[in-house]
Amino acid sequence: MYAQQVETGVKAVKSLAEMGPEERAFQEKIDAEIKIEAKNWMPDNYRKTLIRQISQHAHSEIVGMLPEGNWVTRAPTLKRKLQLMAKIQDEAGHGLYLYSAMETLGADRDEEIEKLHSGRAKYSSIFNYPTLNWADMGAVGWLVDGAAIVNQVVLQRTSYGPYSRAMIRICKEESFHQRQGYEILLHMMRHGTQAQKDMVQDAINRLWWPSLMMFGPSDAESPNSAQSMAWKIKRHTNDELRQRFIDQTVPQLEILGCTAPDPDLKWNEERGHYDFGEIQWEEFYEVLKGNGPCNRERLETRRNAIQDGAWVREAAVAHANKKQKQQAAA
Amino acid sequence: MTQYDELTEFLLRLGDSALIQAQRLCEWTGRAPAIEEEMGMMNVGLDLVGQARNWYEYAAERINDGTDADVLAFRRDERAFRNLLLVEQPNGDFAVTMTKQFFYDAWQFHLLTILKDAKDERISAIATKSLKEVIYHLRRSSQWVERLGDGTDESHQRMEKAIDTVWRFTVELVEKNAAEVALAESGDIPSLAELPEQWLATVNEVFAKATLTVPDAPSTFYLSARTGMHTEHLGILLAEMQFLQRAYPDASW
Ligand SMILES: [Fe+2]
Ligand SMILES: [Fe+2]
Ligand SMILES: [Fe+2]
Repeated sequence: MYAQQVETGVKAVKSLAEMGPEERAFQEKIDAEIKIEAKNWMPDNYRKTLIRQISQHAHSEIVGMLPEGNWVTRAPTLKRKLQLMAKIQDEAGHGLYLYSAMETLGADRDEEIEKLHSGRAKYSSIFNYPTLNWADMGAVGWLVDGAAIVNQVVLQRTSYGPYSRAMIRICKEESFHQRQGYEILLHMMRHGTQAQKDMVQDAINRLWWPSLMMFGPSDAESPNSAQSMAWKIKRHTNDELRQRFIDQTVPQLEILGCTAPDPDLKWNEERGHYDFGEIQWEEFYEVLKGNGPCNRERLETRRNAIQDGAWVREAAVAHANKKQKQQAAA
Repeated sequence: MTQYDELTEFLLRLGDSALIQAQRLCEWTGRAPAIEEEMGMMNVGLDLVGQARNWYEYAAERINDGTDADVLAFRRDERAFRNLLLVEQPNGDFAVTMTKQFFYDAWQFHLLTILKDAKDERISAIATKSLKEVIYHLRRSSQWVERLGDGTDESHQRMEKAIDTVWRFTVELVEKNAAEVALAESGDIPSLAELPEQWLATVNEVFAKATLTVPDAPSTFYLSARTGMHTEHLGILLAEMQFLQRAYPDASW
């Protein structure tokens, strides 16, 4: 999702009998649903997996500001401008909050950001798609934040305490974003002109499949899932969460009076779920590899922001040092 | 080109300045020097769009021809905009952005402090509410001016260059204006006679801490926001900001 493919560094999940005493105590705590805290012993791979996952999540919040930055200067009314600015501010806050949770594991924010900028760390594939009309601001809120919530609601119960608490706080704001995004679309469909309705359908056509890809590869292709589940970092498989998202989203799509670009999407009475078509995994892996429509621009913008701001951060440090010296002398 | 009554023009000057300043802050999205500053700039921008909306709503009531805040923001032409020339200037680097912000915040702070005692209850109420936000804005931008002015050699040089770039537009912050004198005489607003000195005192104080030099009094001619004689930057800014309302005039958002 925001963390779509997190390497655990583990080939096969160990049984309790195969573990040493420390690891067994750790696993028993997890099995008993007791949260792991920063000061507790944890296996090295658990720590590293969490750092990778939380940093991916944090990077996604920050890169995710860019597709919205593309429209915040063109929001059509003062109300919509305020809403979008507030959402962007929230996402920056989520990024900060997640980086802090990550730092409790001994990782360093600047180092992890450097990994992102040099292409060694990932962020959600969804933000590599362009936002091409105003309805995208509605569709991103509804589908992208919506897909994020499905994942993050479960992550509220993730085994690592600081991550779990970050998720509880963030989820509240994400569901607000989702409702707001949906309302943008609903208003355009109910009160808009034909041109506006076409914008909504166009946005859904472009963002539908990429939103489904946010849940990551299918279970068969997720070699790291088993270990992440055993550690209760993950609590449901990618396919389970994707299905849950589709099931809750299709009725909302119908209320909008729009369609999904998937001829195979239909209710399956027997399964009690919607069936849906084959996801274009080739596209997904291409985007992850850096070949999506906006990968280059997104990373370049972030890299420039940090490079162009270096003198500002240096000045702030230099000034703080001067102040400290003055105070010490006084 | 429509010219409204003097009080309405004055309200538009406040509303337009807040909106255009916020629009420039929006341009920073995802490009700030630190995530904390992404939040800081959006925070200030949110306050300013809210302030613009309040001034516009009052102006729209006075104009009373069916116009509203969104029409004023998104359907007026460049020549009708009354924002300070300062705020329409391009963002430049963080030094230019922060210098503009500081000059504007100091102006807002003193102006709103005067306006909160206006007899006109609407003006007084909006000014009182806005001032609470602007106190924070001014604190933030003053601190940044100090940090950058008295930070590294590079940051100091960038600040000097930034001041040199935008100083000429501060003439609008300190000039006396006949219309505002008349508004004060008729009791619509309190006297703004003290504003130039107060603004300059704040600039002097912060620049002293920042080891920056205050240039000589600025002078310009020809350009003036009061008559819609803007720099070339505003037209482009509006073309972007007003795009949807202009391209889809019958739409509802
Ligand atoms: Fe978020
Ligand atoms: Fe998120
Ligand atoms: Fe969000």
